[in-house]
Amino acid sequence: MQAKGTPDMLQDKDRIFTNLYGFQDFGLKGAQSRGNWDGTKGLIEKGRDWIIDEMKSSGMRGRGGAGFPTGLKWSFMPKESDGRPSYLVVNADEGEPGTCKDREIMRNDPHTLIEGCLLASFAMNAHAAYIYIRGEFYHEASNLQLAIDQAYEAGLVGKNACGSGWDFDIYLHLGAGAYICGEETALIESLEGKKGQPRLKPPFPANSGLYGCPTTVNNVESIAAVPTILRRGGSWFSSFGRENNHGTKLFAISGHVEKPCTVEEAMSIPLRELIEKHCGGVRGGWDNLLAVIPGGSSVPLMPKDVCDDVLMDFDGLREVGSGLGTAAVIVMDKSTDIVYAIARLSEFYKHESCGQCTPCREGTGWMMRMMTRMVRGEATLDEIDLLWDVTKQVEGHTICALGDAAAWPIQGLIRHFRPEMERRIKEYRARIAA
Amino acid sequence: MPKLTVDGIEVEVEAGATVLQACEEAGKEIPRFCYHERLSIAGNCRMCLVEMERAPKPVASCAMPAADGMVIKTDSDLVKKARNGVMEFLLINHPLDCPICDQGGECDLQDQAMAYGFDSSRYAEKKRAVKDKELGPIVKTIMTRCIHCTRCVRFSEEVAGVGTMGAVYRGEDTEVGPYIEASINSELSGNLIDLCPVGALTSKPYAFTARPWELKKTDSIDVMDAVGSNIRIDARSSEVLRVLPRINEDVNEEWISDKTRYAIDGLKRQRLDRPYVRVDGKLVPASWDEAFAAIKARVSGLDGKKIAAIAGDTVDCESMTALKDLMGSLGSANIDCRQDGSKVGGPRSSYIFNTTIAGIEEADACLIVGANVRAEAPIINSRLRKRWRATNGDFRVGIIGEKWDPTYKNDYLGAGPETLAEILDGKNDFAKILKAADKPMIIVGMGALNREDGDAVLAATRAIAEKFGMVAGEWNGFNVLHTAASRVGGLDLGFVPGEGCLATNDILDGAAKGAVEVVYLLGADEVDMSKLEKAFVIYQGAMGDAGAQAADVILPGAAYTEKNGTYVNTEGRAQQGWRAVFPRGDAREDWAIVRALSGALDKTLPYNNIDAVRARMVELSPTFASLNVPTKAEWTDFGNAGEMKSDGFMSPVRNFYMTDPISRASVTMAKCTEAFVKDAAAEKVA
Repeated sequence: MQAKGTPDMLQDKDRIFTNLYGFQDFGLKGAQSRGNWDGTKGLIEKGRDWIIDEMKSSGMRGRGGAGFPTGLKWSFMPKESDGRPSYLVVNADEGEPGTCKDREIMRNDPHTLIEGCLLASFAMNAHAAYIYIRGEFYHEASNLQLAIDQAYEAGLVGKNACGSGWDFDIYLHLGAGAYICGEETALIESLEGKKGQPRLKPPFPANSGLYGCPTTVNNVESIAAVPTILRRGGSWFSSFGRENNHGTKLFAISGHVEKPCTVEEAMSIPLRELIEKHCGGVRGGWDNLLAVIPGGSSVPLMPKDVCDDVLMDFDGLREVGSGLGTAAVIVMDKSTDIVYAIARLSEFYKHESCGQCTPCREGTGWMMRMMTRMVRGEATLDEIDLLWDVTKQVEGHTICALGDAAAWPIQGLIRHFRPEMERRIKEYRARIAA
Repeated sequence: MPKLTVDGIEVEVEAGATVLQACEEAGKEIPRFCYHERLSIAGNCRMCLVEMERAPKPVASCAMPAADGMVIKTDSDLVKKARNGVMEFLLINHPLDCPICDQGGECDLQDQAMAYGFDSSRYAEKKRAVKDKELGPIVKTIMTRCIHCTRCVRFSEEVAGVGTMGAVYRGEDTEVGPYIEASINSELSGNLIDLCPVGALTSKPYAFTARPWELKKTDSIDVMDAVGSNIRIDARSSEVLRVLPRINEDVNEEWISDKTRYAIDGLKRQRLDRPYVRVDGKLVPASWDEAFAAIKARVSGLDGKKIAAIAGDTVDCESMTALKDLMGSLGSANIDCRQDGSKVGGPRSSYIFNTTIAGIEEADACLIVGANVRAEAPIINSRLRKRWRATNGDFRVGIIGEKWDPTYKNDYLGAGPETLAEILDGKNDFAKILKAADKPMIIVGMGALNREDGDAVLAATRAIAEKFGMVAGEWNGFNVLHTAASRVGGLDLGFVPGEGCLATNDILDGAAKGAVEVVYLLGADEVDMSKLEKAFVIYQGAMGDAGAQAADVILPGAAYTEKNGTYVNTEGRAQQGWRAVFPRGDAREDWAIVRALSGALDKTLPYNNIDAVRARMVELSPTFASLNVPTKAEWTDFGNAGEMKSDGFMSPVRNFYMTDPISRASVTMAKCTEAFVKDAAAEKVA
């Protein structure tokens, strides 16, 4: 635990997203002045295997939430085409509550993403990339489309992209705002023009994805980091963070902090340092902290005593029963009605469940209704156990991870705030008895 | 061939099989709602979860491909817990209205809740209620009961080929139903009722009629078309209450058409339940003896040439055999089983569906001539569609005749014989497709053959079959699609005019001129009765339709549900159905009536029981020696090449829902006609 104000926070020279706050031009000129599109042709000339090996050695784990190693994912794509084309699909349907990192990239630094698309597509033998952007991101889509147009005009993408001899097209598609379309197979369905419902796996997208062709779906941040990683080397990227959790990462801190922000930091930074260095600390001081949801609404919350010394990376958060997710840190101080906060998330998941498979369709509604009553304490004590049971009946039994995502916040609540739930129930019962 | 272990039992399954199939192979029953062998895999009910070694979570066995070395557990605690959980979720929003639900007693949810349900509900919240959908005269909906398995959506999309059904909204608000307020315009819609694992889609005509355990179940064969769908007749006391499909992979798989399923309510109306004799121009009730005496009085001493018989579309082979023999003993060979006047007959390969229905799944191109397959044989049309889907649309279908919507991609080539000639000359593009195909087939319908130039059309289609290699080695791609259940049986039995004797149209003309004095109509209602005014008409049948109106003597017969009977379908497959209920009133099984009449005419036929009749049938045709398998027919010369008229081919089925006396009397079929047949009133039933 470093003291406040020590100079060893991530230095600007090691930042990948140097226009994250939009202080400079987001367009091609600005991007080139920041080093984007520098020697892209040379990177392509180093070959497919080199790119994938660099990505593997960088140790990057997918930035969309699940944390699957990016280089490994790419290596699942067929080396030789069996007649079907391969596709890269970029998941820009950033809908996880609390998360606001991809939108910053697309609005202020879109060329990192476009260049990343080219390099990643080349590495995966794909001549086309689709960026599926959330429908609400109008401003982001506009900027991104402008940037894509500029890249086409400059010959950076399109036929013979960057003079490399590689033909590459990039398409931007606006979604209609359904959270489930951020799930990779539902995203593919939606992109194909169907109702956004997750597919059964297997087959995995690398075998049969978009239009039945080999497809890799990556998060915006993963792809946008690729050009810098390739320029500076996988070893540079892996020099940040702990073993198995390397690299720099965008953290989006919201809630009860003095200055909420999105910031690029090294992985494995202690949570407290992250909040105190970049956000001016918790409102009312660290001791006023109640709980933190460290990775977007889907992961279980952590009470203050866990937050004191937890490290912000995949393994560190998993050890304490939570997860890094999208690294969207939601900070809640002691003024928070924690049961209501989680009930609100339950309502969100009930609303966003696609309704395809039974446990999620029926379970999210049940959980929401129980949580709504728990807020008022309008329940019995053993209903807390029933609620726990229901979350366990949903978790792991669904087609996609939305079921898990709906169950975990409640599990976190019961695990850490059961006394608070019991207090409300007892008070409510005492009140109606009187 | 992956090998895997299921609960310690090692099984080997075919490549491409799923874990669920492997579990069944090992004798383990896997509960399921959404999974259905004949539909695509949805994997959404989550009831079939099993434990798989090295998998972090239970897997949906219906969707998981079986792989070598998998270790599966189907009865571990984890599996039980998972299934109990899913069952609880299914039940929380399912109404507890089993006592008033028509699915009760044959409900998958009910059955599986016995194994996986809790004894009481832990759900204290308000239950969901869903607005019912209007799906037309056949399918009744109580959508609150829906468990969102999407079987109906997949059936209508994949098998029926009408994209009517879908799921709208999301999450627990998801509603299954038609996207727009529209009935399911498909001849196969009744199958939705069988597919629905709960009581969300039930049978509208059968609503609140009976419980499954009250019903006597009898295996039978459908006579509404020439497919010979295998059916199960459910009856209570003397009443036939419903018809369900039986599985026969070679014929109807497990589907039946709506007419097969619902025309049975016609059996409650306009029935002939006692003999009648026309006295002074009026039909008056009579006893069997009086009826026979009236016939004897007219027939005795009459020259056999002046007697004729026509067999109808739904009669069984036993009664045709008996009548053929009786006519023979009366010295008449003026018999015909083709009341539509068509020329089909001749060598057997010229009048059967040689490819067989299951054989369609090997074909790679099909030319349909003068047949609206969807209306004439919906089950065969669904096979064609299945083939088209299995080949991802590479199965090319060309249509000559009327324009109709087969529910799959097709090339409409032209209206009539001219197009046929173009194909033969190779001038039509479809000729190239036929030429390139390995196993091309042709389906010739009655619309092409029941014309005056039918013989020439037959010759032309045979020439096409020859030219494009449709008959080669084991493959025979020449097919005739019949519309009547009795037709192939009648042809096999030789219920056709003898050398120089009269066929249907000659009989009618002869009767009009007075040359034919006695006409015996065995269930024949589709002939021009006005020509029979002068003749003495004997009508034997179950329904009081056109034939009975024209009759001088009515002999009440049994409907197909009321007798043991043999029927030969369009493939030449002889199949037997069993009696589900007894004939109405004084009515009797048809062969027995003919046998009794033969006694009264002092021409006693030599059989005293149905086995003896069937032995006689085997004498007449080898078809009846091997039941349930289509006997192959030798490819020989047939048809007479000649001038073809230029008129387009017209399918004889103008209204799928009403094609015979039973379906014409059916209330449900009338409702369907009203709902689905455009300008039904204007279209005359052929």
